[in-house]
Amino acid sequence: MQVDLRILRYDPERDKKPHWETYRVESAPMDRVLDVLNAVKWEKDGTLTYRRSCAHGVCGSDAMLINGRNRLACKIRVDQLGKKISVAPLPGFAVIKDLVVDMEDFFAKYRSVHPYQIDERPMPVTERLQSPEDRARYDDTTKCILCAACTSSCPSFWAKDTYVGPAAIVQAHRFIFDTRDEGSDERLEILADADGVWRCRTIFNCTEACPRGIDITRAILEVSSAIVERSV
Amino acid sequence: MAETGTLSRRQLVHEYEAVIVGAGGAGLWAALELARSGVKTAVLTKLYPTRSHTGAAQGGICAALGNHEEDHWEWHMFDTVKGGDYLVDQDAAEVLAKEAIETVIELEHMGLPFNRTPDGKIDQRRFGGHTRNYGEAAVRRACFAADRTGHMILQTLYQQCIKHGVRFFDEYHVVDLLIDGGQTRGVVAYRIADGEIHVFRSGAVLIATGGFGRMFKITSNALSLTGDGVALAYRRGVPLEDMEFYQIHPTGIVGIGILLSEAARGEGGYLRNDSGERFMERYAPKLMELAPRDMVSRAIYMEIREGRGINGGDYVYLDLTHLGREVIESKLPDITEFARVYQGIEPITQPVPITPTAHYAQGGIPTNVDARVVVDEVNTVLPGLYAAGECACVSVHGANRLGTNSLVDILVFGRRAGRSMAKDVAGQGLPDLDPDASEPVRAEIEALRGRESGESVNRIRTELAAVMWERCGVFREGAGLERLTGEVRDLRHRYANVKVEDKGLVFNTDLLEARELGYLLDCAEATVAAALARTESRGGHYREDFPERNDTDWLKHTLIYRTDGDPQLRYKPVTITRFQPKPRVY
Ligand SMILES: Cc1cc2nc3c(=O)[nH]c(=O)nc-3n(C[C@H](O)[C@H](O)[C@H](O)COP(=O)(O)OP(=O)(O)OC[C@H]3O[C@@H](n4cnc5c(N)ncnc54)[C@H](O)[C@@H]3O)c2cc1C
Ligand code: FES
Repeated sequence: MQVDLRILRYDPERDKKPHWETYRVESAPMDRVLDVLNAVKWEKDGTLTYRRSCAHGVCGSDAMLINGRNRLACKIRVDQLGKKISVAPLPGFAVIKDLVVDMEDFFAKYRSVHPYQIDERPMPVTERLQSPEDRARYDDTTKCILCAACTSSCPSFWAKDTYVGPAAIVQAHRFIFDTRDEGSDERLEILADADGVWRCRTIFNCTEACPRGIDITRAILEVSSAIVERSV
Repeated sequence: MAETGTLSRRQLVHEYEAVIVGAGGAGLWAALELARSGVKTAVLTKLYPTRSHTGAAQGGICAALGNHEEDHWEWHMFDTVKGGDYLVDQDAAEVLAKEAIETVIELEHMGLPFNRTPDGKIDQRRFGGHTRNYGEAAVRRACFAADRTGHMILQTLYQQCIKHGVRFFDEYHVVDLLIDGGQTRGVVAYRIADGEIHVFRSGAVLIATGGFGRMFKITSNALSLTGDGVALAYRRGVPLEDMEFYQIHPTGIVGIGILLSEAARGEGGYLRNDSGERFMERYAPKLMELAPRDMVSRAIYMEIREGRGINGGDYVYLDLTHLGREVIESKLPDITEFARVYQGIEPITQPVPITPTAHYAQGGIPTNVDARVVVDEVNTVLPGLYAAGECACVSVHGANRLGTNSLVDILVFGRRAGRSMAKDVAGQGLPDLDPDASEPVRAEIEALRGRESGESVNRIRTELAAVMWERCGVFREGAGLERLTGEVRDLRHRYANVKVEDKGLVFNTDLLEARELGYLLDCAEATVAAALARTESRGGHYREDFPERNDTDWLKHTLIYRTDGDPQLRYKPVTITRFQPKPRVY
């Protein structure tokens, strides 16, 4: 199948501002968008720039805006999109070059919620026990691959870029609801801040954007409820 | 010591007591050990740490916890040695099997969300080649977090590194190792964001750059797995060990090679040929689908060759339909989704078409059990250089790695690397460094960027991957390998004239892909030369012209050295402690 791939290009060493370029490429039946991006880079224009690694939706490198929605280029097939495909960098992030955006602020926000287990009690010689039910409680949010599709799709984040954003809240949720962790108080305090959970307007864009199928809006609401419970 | 880079001539120089190249499981655990010991350490990684391919590991990590049934580290050690067709160094296998237990427990203590048994312990499942009582029957030894065990390991270790304030240099592509006068002196890195050259001066450098599956056409490996650290060491005079033993995994998605974990068979999945037969019955009657990978991959190829592939084609079925929705969705959710997205198959109701896929580098940079790089037959240490993870060869996998043993390997020996480095740098100053140390690689990069006409990177890479897969995959024979030697040599010559289109400094991935192709070509050269020389069949190295294992002549490790002409081959003995070599039947 022939596909017209429109890509928003920007090279800071050459361009004053971003511009669209269209490439006609041949695509095989099960091809993903990443395959056609590779076809352009490898056969037509070596300067096309994007991040990628695993090519099967687990490393989080290639989130981008594809036909108006944030997705992983390696996890959406060309035949799911049709013959006209448009690709642009993640909204709300500064563009470094073509489809590559600056992730530093995203990771700084991730780090700000103390995304690591806090349990300073002495450890037993074997594993700590956790029931399958307690383990299931936070299963969903352990799937996050930090691709930024959610944060970049969030109107509250577009409106105020100091908002910590859905991805960081997902990461905090993973620990807050883990029975082995003792750091909930400090995390809830951080997220009760003006740039924390209250900026969420339950618009559900994040949930729709998540390539791992995490119910992000629900996770955010659970964190907000925990903050409310803690303060009463 | 200078914290941020100081400008000397045209290079930025950083000074660290220890430098780690790579932020997968091996690099991160080493970093954690160093941080805990208060050693000033830099971690350099060409990808953001959480993008490392450790995150793609699915099935599990073995440790003889015995949470479901009796198990012992000695059994794990035996399985590892036998699975590796007796080419395993048994002192290393003993360390692996013993320390697997404390490693898994420590991961749990760091917060890793393992699946749990009803009484709250770490859940365990079966995996290929892991048995009870020295081969009696499959045992439940693989600890797991659904089928995203590697993702959880990578996340957990990265989280701990953040907690301990590890200093990361993200998206720094290491382009040279500085070894001079028999002493390691640091590395040179290319900052991807702006093309700047940075020198890291350090007397302790750990290579933890992962595998090189991208030299094959069909592979489970990420696009970034191009053998960088392995090739850089090889270029600097370090030999590579057992490169001929590249592992081909039995179950990849047809055409593209994405892995469908062995966990699918560990949970009870079957392999079937065109007539619906569970053909493993004829190849490994006791362990069936859970025989070691080299055997299962060969069996699949035999079925296909003899016309028993599905509809006579070049694939067979992985059948999970009898497991039921509940098991499939709760224990194998990711691979179920891969089949849906990348094949349009519903594994709950349909068998999944699969073929073998290039998966794991069993060979690599030779090290001792303390992760110190060793450079000859008598294991002489190269001061200041360490290697751990898939790029290293300890050797715990020998001729064929068992499933789950890589995650054990990267963590056990990543941890040991960190400890060795902390010990070795204590009280030591930084090594002297030639102020022009980065000049050779800078010149290489500028020549590459400046070349106006030449060959396409993609063409050479595609041809390399095709011929390697064709002649150096599951089946090999002398004439094919001779021919391949010439083909790889020609590709190397053409590579000398390769051209990049992107001439810019900012995020120039075109340039970096060209560098990576150079690394793949080095790894391929070593693999083919070692495979041609080894006139026997053992584990993952199967020679149709020499189909038997030959312990009299070949119970030894290959060491391959780069020269200006053909690579030079030498051999070193295998360490045998508890288990004498026996025929390998399952
Ligand atoms: C799909 C899949 C499933 C698997 N499942 C399992 C399993 O269930 N159990 C098991 O035991 N094993 C499994 N394996 C194998 C195992 O996951 C890998 O062998 C292991 O994770 C490798 O870890 P590592 O730390 O050595 O390297 P990686 O995790 O590959 O990390 C390499 C690091 O090096 C960096 N790097 C590379 N080159 C450079 C450079 N030039 N400059 C700077 N940085 C560089 C990268 O950025 C990255 O951070 C699986 C492998 C695959 C592909
Ligand atoms: S390339 Fe890894 S998620 Fe797409």
